[in-house]
Amino acid sequence: MSRSASRVLSLLFFLAGLLISATTRAQENPYIVAYDHYLEEPGNLEIEYFSTFGTQRGGNDHHAFWMEFEYGATAWWTTEFYLDGQTTFNDSTLFTGFRWENRFRPLKREHFINPVLYVEYENISGADKILKEVEGHDVEADSADPNSVLRREHAHELEFKLLLSSTFKGWNFVENTIATKNLSNEPWEFGYALGASRPLALKASAQRCSFCRENFIAGVEMYGGLGDRYSFGLHETSHYLAPVVAWNLPSGWTLRVSPGFGLNDNSSRFLLRWGVSREITGFGSMVSQLFRGHR
Amino acid sequence: MRTREVLAPLAAFAAFLSGAVAGSTLPATFGAATSSQKNEKALKYKYQDDALVYAELAKAPEKARAKRNPLASDRDAVAAGANLFDQHCAECHGEVGEGSRKGPSLLKEPVQSAAPGSLFWLLTNGVVRRGMPVWSKLPEPQRWQLVTYIKSLGGPAAPAAAPAAQISPSSGGQTKISQP
Repeated sequence: MSRSASRVLSLLFFLAGLLISATTRAQENPYIVAYDHYLEEPGNLEIEYFSTFGTQRGGNDHHAFWMEFEYGATAWWTTEFYLDGQTTFNDSTLFTGFRWENRFRPLKREHFINPVLYVEYENISGADKILKEVEGHDVEADSADPNSVLRREHAHELEFKLLLSSTFKGWNFVENTIATKNLSNEPWEFGYALGASRPLALKASAQRCSFCRENFIAGVEMYGGLGDRYSFGLHETSHYLAPVVAWNLPSGWTLRVSPGFGLNDNSSRFLLRWGVSREITGFGSMVSQLFRGHR
Repeated sequence: MRTREVLAPLAAFAAFLSGAVAGSTLPATFGAATSSQKNEKALKYKYQDDALVYAELAKAPEKARAKRNPLASDRDAVAAGANLFDQHCAECHGEVGEGSRKGPSLLKEPVQSAAPGSLFWLLTNGVVRRGMPVWSKLPEPQRWQLVTYIKSLGGPAAPAAAPAAQISPSSGGQTKISQP
């Protein structure tokens, strides 16, 4: 892919979000990898753009990006569609695949620990570098090859997660366990993600403001692989620790930033992630009106 | 070369941010409506399951119902609650809690006569099977601020005709908070 085409692809990821935006508000958590138990409000669509800059020993650094469309089908079911891409410096830019994710809330009420069931289908190439989750024996060296080599590998995967989340005195704690099955005769792979976060202030201000402390949520997340069915454990796995910050603006935008640090020799040394999102309230009704006409 | 590759998305992001920080509102692509049009719609299509949702209030455990609102006398709670309501609740319950086809009215007796603890419990747990999400993602003080605002809607000084966002923060504690 030519350099100008790569720029156009990057810009398109942004513009798609911009063009569809409508007035909306948000109260988003700061996690980029971990999930809490809060689903999208029914009928709302959240459009998100995320970017990950990652270092690569024995190869070229990369900038991976993905666009996320998250829709609240009901109060107990959220569905998401992802488009992934990446630029490897001094190499090329690629569209690396798509993902379709669904989260289900099985319990009607809040409990001390709240479970959510997660099912995702992934159709991605070996060049996918967004590191939305780390599982099995994923290590930094897997991404060292040039894109022309990596893109030859294709993964059709089903990913299951059990998301556990608790909220206590303003703190949110999440524990995610991951089990992934590559549909081409490969073993089950496992992983985890943990997180904790808290708004900088618990009470809302009487006046709307962008820089009020309650608009900022800070925390930390940790994630990594746990091997596979035949070699479960920490051997030959990578792990990351990443402080996270979200800034929920009254205008409806949410910005997230997270510098991540590899915790062992198998991990990338440094990941810098950031993302921007906007929620469109009543998207479902708008779409149904388009088809039904105004009553 | 690396610089060029990074610059394109960064430039777009800068433009993106400048709009975000300034609080700019982009033109709505779908069905943009004025607030009076929205109110008309809300009145025309009323939520169908009001009674079922109101019945959920009665399911609040005694312990939850007995909880006192720690912010009932907080002078800023109504104004802060109004902001929160506008951000998170007005989409379904209408700009002044009058209800819409997506959510029941909060001005009616079952809500206004409910104990603050019951409202807090319902906010925390939602009515997931009837479309109301759980709101425990808002910290406890913010949920109490919302309860304070919702209760203020039913008082003699209730801003029933004024949009939530028009409640002046400076009048915060002045709006009467009715207690059951």
